[in-house]
Amino acid sequence: MSVLIYAENINGRFKKSCLESLTYGVKLAKTHNTEAIVITIGNASDTDCSNLGVYGVSRVLNVRDEALITLNTQAYTRVIAEAAKAHHTTVIVLYHNSTGRAIAPRLAVRLKAGLVTAATTLLDNNTIQKNVYAGKAIATYKFNSDIKVITINPNSFPIEEAEGTAAVESFTTRYPDTDLNTKVIETNRQTGTIPLPEAELVVSGGRGLKGPENWGMIEELANILGAATACSRAVSDLHWRPHHEHVGQTGLTIRPNLYIAIAISGAIQHLAGVNGSKTIVVINKDPEAPFFKAADYGIIGDAFEVVPKLNEALKVYKAAL
Amino acid sequence: MNFLICIAKVPDTTSKISFIDNNTKFNEDKIQFIINPYDEWYALVRALEIKEANSGTVTVIHVGRADSEQVIRKALAIGADQAVRIDADVTDSMTVATYISDYAKTRSFDIIMTGKESIDHHSSAIGGMIAEMMDLPFISLATKLDMNGSVATIEREIEGGKEIIKTQTPFVLSAHKGMAEQRIASMRGIMAARTKVIETLSPQVISPLVEAISFQLPAEKSACKMIEPDDMQALVNALHNDVKVI
Repeated sequence: MSVLIYAENINGRFKKSCLESLTYGVKLAKTHNTEAIVITIGNASDTDCSNLGVYGVSRVLNVRDEALITLNTQAYTRVIAEAAKAHHTTVIVLYHNSTGRAIAPRLAVRLKAGLVTAATTLLDNNTIQKNVYAGKAIATYKFNSDIKVITINPNSFPIEEAEGTAAVESFTTRYPDTDLNTKVIETNRQTGTIPLPEAELVVSGGRGLKGPENWGMIEELANILGAATACSRAVSDLHWRPHHEHVGQTGLTIRPNLYIAIAISGAIQHLAGVNGSKTIVVINKDPEAPFFKAADYGIIGDAFEVVPKLNEALKVYKAAL
Repeated sequence: MNFLICIAKVPDTTSKISFIDNNTKFNEDKIQFIINPYDEWYALVRALEIKEANSGTVTVIHVGRADSEQVIRKALAIGADQAVRIDADVTDSMTVATYISDYAKTRSFDIIMTGKESIDHHSSAIGGMIAEMMDLPFISLATKLDMNGSVATIEREIEGGKEIIKTQTPFVLSAHKGMAEQRIASMRGIMAARTKVIETLSPQVISPLVEAISFQLPAEKSACKMIEPDDMQALVNALHNDVKVI
């Protein structure tokens, strides 16, 4: 028996997202009195793998393969499934990001396992919870399968550090050459900005800001806080901001520690994407804006007056730290 | 180019959600059902655009009972050529993916598309499962799809950026915002949809590997604390001292 955790590395580096998966998998292994084993694919160094021991894992399977530095759902699935079989894995843990979404369903089929994605609780006996209907409800699922595949919801499990180093083993599995007919030919990652799904602090603007030229103060606020920027659907539909900043029922669902909504009325579809946030601050000049009902802190006022004042107050606060 | 587009039936985005039978079942009373927006706005519309620019057919497939007809007719009105309904209850993703791949294996589709996820259970699972069942490539969260003969160039969203992928038909793809713009059915489309054929298939019952056994509503938010617009210091203090998020 074992819990197998897929830890994603990007060009050899482990990110916060995979550390959340590690924390989850290690906890789960403890409650099941079994071993937590990590698998990573690509070009991570054995030293970096060994350092994952800080998060409580004792073994890391390092699949070093130049052909698999970028995601290939077919080959990744074969490799992880073989590792699971070799280590009598009963639970596989992945992160609910673009990679987890792409390989978890394939793994479930290959291992005849039940799958629950975006889980928000630790697996307890055979039950687990997740948010459904865009966060308007929480569902409890029961697994009927011996093997279980779980992707964990971002920002739902705080990273816990322990002590130690992990033993690193190399692991390989053969996969057909035809898997490599699907290839990533280019990767563009914005540098210097925080990916919205992983951000702990988010500053978001709505149509009430009147135009893309008025985003300067929003970006300033985000910079001061070290926050990511987001927007409402109306704003992305008007092409004021890129699509990938759209949060809401048909955009991204995020759960940051702090969500500051500026000049967003708070339509039910928008709330669906952000109502998992720990603290919500709403700045809106309309006292009847529905967003105030979902907010922890509300400021009734014109964003063009309030936000610069907030920026000044935050600069003073940051300077005093 | 022959497309198979998987469409789910979901409650309208403005629906008030409640449950019946001791919180074990979704309350469908007064609920308006729609095609899952990701399936309709992005997957179906992009398939239609590519078909119109080249040639081929767009087939929509749906797992559900007879009361799904209105949702299927809508897809036909937007422009799908034909529809298949697998007459079964929706249980877990694996069951739905099995029904759809069993059907797809009997035909020859070049591209099978789903939406990124359904807006009810958000599983984001059907596309990847179908791909594995048919041993096909799977590209998730695609925001752009261009075809050149049988070669596809696909943009896909990743954390903080995008990836460009090359693959060949046949493949499975899940569609995300950016793929296409929502299309409104024309009167002509609506009329034409009335006479298009919906093939109905009865599959064998599969026992689900995962079941939703109960539901609950999230805890009510406590009342919003109002802060004066002139006193941003008070907000900073509250965020730092009270909720400790900065």
